[in-house]
Amino acid sequence: MEFAELIKTPRVDNVVLHRPFYPAVEGTLCLTGHHLILSSRQDNTEELWLLHSNIDAIDKRFVGSLGTIIIKCKDFRIIQLDIPGMEECLNIASSIEALSTLDSITLMYPFFYRPMFEVIEDGWHSFLPEQEFKLYSSATSQWRLSYVNKEFAVCPTYPPIVIVPESIDDETLRKVATFRHGGRFPVLSYYHQKSKRVIMRSGQPLTGTNGRRCKEDEKLINATLRAGSRGYIIDTRSLNVAQQARAKGGGFEQEAHYPQWRRIHKSIERYHILQESLIKLVEACNDQTHNMDRWLSKLEASNWLTHIKEILTAACLVAQCIDREEASVLIHGTEGTDSTLQVTSLAQIILEPRSRTIRGFEALIEREWLQAGHPFQQRCAQSAYCNTKQKWEAPVFLLFLDCVWQILRQFPCSFEFNENFLIMLFEHAYASQFGTFLGNSESERCKLKLQQKTMSLWSWVNQPSKLSKYTNPLFEANNLVIWPSVAPQSLLLWEGI
Amino acid sequence: MEHIRTTKVEQVKLLDRFATNNKSLTGTLYLTATHLLFIDSLQKETWILHHHIASVEKLALTTSGCPLVIQCKNFRIVHFIVPRERDCHDIYNSLLQLSKQAKYEDLYAFSYNPKQNDSERLQGWQLIDLAEEYKRMGVPNSHWELSDANQEYKICETYPRELYVPWTAKKTVIVGSSKFRSKGRFPVLSYYHQDKKAAICRCSQPLSGFSARCMEDERLLEAISKANPVNCYMYVVDTRPKLNAMANRAAGKGYENEDNYSSIRFQFVGIENIHVMRSSLQKLLEVNGTKGLSVNDFYSGLESSGWLRHIKAVMDAAIFLARAIMVENASVLVHCSDGWDRTSQVCSLGSLLLDSYYRTIRGFMVLIEKDWISFGHKFSERCGHLDGDPKEVSPVFTQFLECVWHLTEQFPQAFEFNEAFLLQIHEHIHSCQFGNFLGNCQKEREELKLKEKTYSLWPFLLEDQKKYLNPLYSSKSHRFIVLEPNTVSFNFKFWRNMYHQFDQTLHPRQSVFNIIMNMNEQNKQLEKDIKDLESKIKQRKNKQTDDILTKELLHSVHPESPTLKTSLRFKEQTRLPVNDSLRTIEGSSPADNRYSEYAEEFSKSEPAVVSLEYGVARMTC
Repeated sequence: MEFAELIKTPRVDNVVLHRPFYPAVEGTLCLTGHHLILSSRQDNTEELWLLHSNIDAIDKRFVGSLGTIIIKCKDFRIIQLDIPGMEECLNIASSIEALSTLDSITLMYPFFYRPMFEVIEDGWHSFLPEQEFKLYSSATSQWRLSYVNKEFAVCPTYPPIVIVPESIDDETLRKVATFRHGGRFPVLSYYHQKSKRVIMRSGQPLTGTNGRRCKEDEKLINATLRAGSRGYIIDTRSLNVAQQARAKGGGFEQEAHYPQWRRIHKSIERYHILQESLIKLVEACNDQTHNMDRWLSKLEASNWLTHIKEILTAACLVAQCIDREEASVLIHGTEGTDSTLQVTSLAQIILEPRSRTIRGFEALIEREWLQAGHPFQQRCAQSAYCNTKQKWEAPVFLLFLDCVWQILRQFPCSFEFNENFLIMLFEHAYASQFGTFLGNSESERCKLKLQQKTMSLWSWVNQPSKLSKYTNPLFEANNLVIWPSVAPQSLLLWEGI
Repeated sequence: MEHIRTTKVEQVKLLDRFATNNKSLTGTLYLTATHLLFIDSLQKETWILHHHIASVEKLALTTSGCPLVIQCKNFRIVHFIVPRERDCHDIYNSLLQLSKQAKYEDLYAFSYNPKQNDSERLQGWQLIDLAEEYKRMGVPNSHWELSDANQEYKICETYPRELYVPWTAKKTVIVGSSKFRSKGRFPVLSYYHQDKKAAICRCSQPLSGFSARCMEDERLLEAISKANPVNCYMYVVDTRPKLNAMANRAAGKGYENEDNYSSIRFQFVGIENIHVMRSSLQKLLEVNGTKGLSVNDFYSGLESSGWLRHIKAVMDAAIFLARAIMVENASVLVHCSDGWDRTSQVCSLGSLLLDSYYRTIRGFMVLIEKDWISFGHKFSERCGHLDGDPKEVSPVFTQFLECVWHLTEQFPQAFEFNEAFLLQIHEHIHSCQFGNFLGNCQKEREELKLKEKTYSLWPFLLEDQKKYLNPLYSSKSHRFIVLEPNTVSFNFKFWRNMYHQFDQTLHPRQSVFNIIMNMNEQNKQLEKDIKDLESKIKQRKNKQTDDILTKELLHSVHPESPTLKTSLRFKEQTRLPVNDSLRTIEGSSPADNRYSEYAEEFSKSEPAVVSLEYGVARMTC
């Protein structure tokens, strides 16, 4: 398919661009295969370059022969284009619509993007699991790298290399995989050097209604405990939901079979509830009526901050288990690809000073989100303005970033990166010229040959000239565990959007 | 002292307000003539001024003792458990007596002695001079003059002696107008905008009833609008909701009829009255005091309290004022009912938006002195200094401070002072430690002989100025730069540092301001060091001019520092693990513009890594 077929009118003059809080700009509108470009053709005025993949929804309106297209972007921007001429307007609108909803990943911009900068360090190789493991292996010999998932045969959403207890062989892992949702057997997420305790994550155990058990599973997770010590299992669903999951073959760990573990349920919402929350939040933010009460009630009704609080509370609980109680933790929800990752990664931000540096945070995202199989493609396909609601869309990653921002606000000097860095990650997760956030898992990314065909976001970000924009001037490395406050009065709305 | 029965109680527990597990500290409670003091087992002291106590409550006896809850006007809430009921009862009674004094003479300010002599005290009171301030605004001039009509408080008891009116307004007009205005508060000048020749004036509501007119009042308003040579009309802003103003008509008061006044445009802005504000704050505090508050309850509580809506209303009114003057060049006359609450809020905020002088530490003091103290905002009644009518208490001034805080949040570089300054002022309007806020108007203050018997707050704040400086302030800005705040609802936030200032657990654990301030301190110290060292080098040079080694040293130090001055910015300095030599170099840049440099850096956040590397390279070679 040629993009040219979709573009009926490639160029329109005298288009007026309106953006909230900016003066209107008049200029020429051009459509290319991947971008919508508006330029006033004057010196020192900025041009608008908008990726089609960033477009969430468009509206058309006509007043006489003047057509208006309102473009709502995934990064919550709303722009309005006044286009003279009915036909041009219709053509442009239909082209945008077609181009912003391309089905095939390989037609996306990252596959066409050629970098304009010299690649100093290839981001695809910046955070290899082997290197990350070295950080741990110097501190402990209890863990090993396992290549059991080399061909993505054991678990399609795991990377080829995972970290597992030293004493557990690959055969056992295969058996455990059959007992965990999506084959996601418990793997190491984080090793806390100070207390020598670990965070593990997995999918839910497939106990079903008849209380199936799996000796290998019990052996695996018990291998992470010392004799006599106890660990915690954090289930990110409420007890009710977890019990209902048994009817569908899922379930939770029974105390009788896991006597060394204490199970805690910390309910974190998922999927469409989050999506609806975001939709309501963005709607409230865009309400121009300037009415205080309406704003507060809408903000409340969106529940967004409640979700933030839930996630932060769960993460603090995990950090507390590790640091204060000196107990290891296993975290899972249903699939272990959403709320689980929010909790494991936030707990690391709280516990591990390295993850509060730029590189450490990138490594964290690479390890805990990309390699751990958070389905970015599905979750970030649409954003707050889309009408067609897909079940699997959810701003899980955005929520995580918001939580990081909340901690950043409370500890402004403990992070090497600043707010812009988080916003940049959010934008690229939804629409990007880089291949990093394409695909739903490592196996999909391998199939797409992203490493060969696209650029990594990290190659771009980690250039010194780019990094300075994202650096927090007040950073002073500190090795402390940071304890955020989760009281509602302490939580703020993130204005970066 | 006669009220104090028990001066010391041991084994008292102080409960954590938000902890659900009844975490507590044990310590000793002392009762002095002016303060309540709690020293816990870690020797940490909590001082509570009696005047700060808003209410004391004795709860039902429990097994561990008798609970005593003290709510303070500065939003501190402490929860003690006293082991013996007798002691608790004694303390309770003493506090009730001590926190509500019947006479001004019993207030702390009359016994407070900061070890100053009389001339220092007098100097302190003369620090803020309003005549100076009107001169700064450019009055008297060809349109405005000082009127001696109220020299003996004969026309209006609640106004100051010195008042500025249009020069065309004769005394008969003023007297006539004052008879037509509630409490005799006739229209006078509050702020004069030199550039636009437009004025903000203030007064109280007219006694118009349904049809009454007053020729003098009409003439006075005309004179005010004529005093503005640029624009032929003026705005009359009634800060009340229309309904309230209409209701007032039945009582023989009301608002101006546009038909009777030749050149006015009338406008309601709808700020609620003191009673609504009081109960709104009450609701807000109730919500915040809840243990285990959920996010949704917090926001629905915030909404139903209406607090932020009221703040926004005040802000909107001030913005209306600033726009009328800046955009339309029109003078504005502001009033509410009596013209001392909402009018003060709106006039002072409006001036603050228009004139950058009021955004400095001293200017802000002047603003408070002018629009609040001198024009008779009833501080003593609104803050409940004495045991009076609880219905007169209202957080009007607190709202003003909150509006200013919102502005500092939106314009972090525009204000010379920081949040701590606002909090400190709020502390002292209730503390009765200084004389400034005692009494309800200037006349009453003179009768109390405050200037002879008490001290002024302002010199003490100026002395501690360092604590209240905003490191991001850029003073270069032009005097008439107008702030145009964005009033989209989400810009209005809950002011945690005010309403939870004593709840340590709720605050961020790291403060950017403190760090920047500390760094500045360090820099100044290092700057001094480098000066010392340089002078030492010079001395040596004089002694041993022939010493080659020294020459070389000098050669390498001097030509380099100017280049480094420009290349090294505050930002890099803080980002990198700084060694001392690097700091020393940075310290050599002029101290006074460092704030603005830093601020620029903040807004631009432009990469300067290369220049830094250059700097470091030069340093090490």
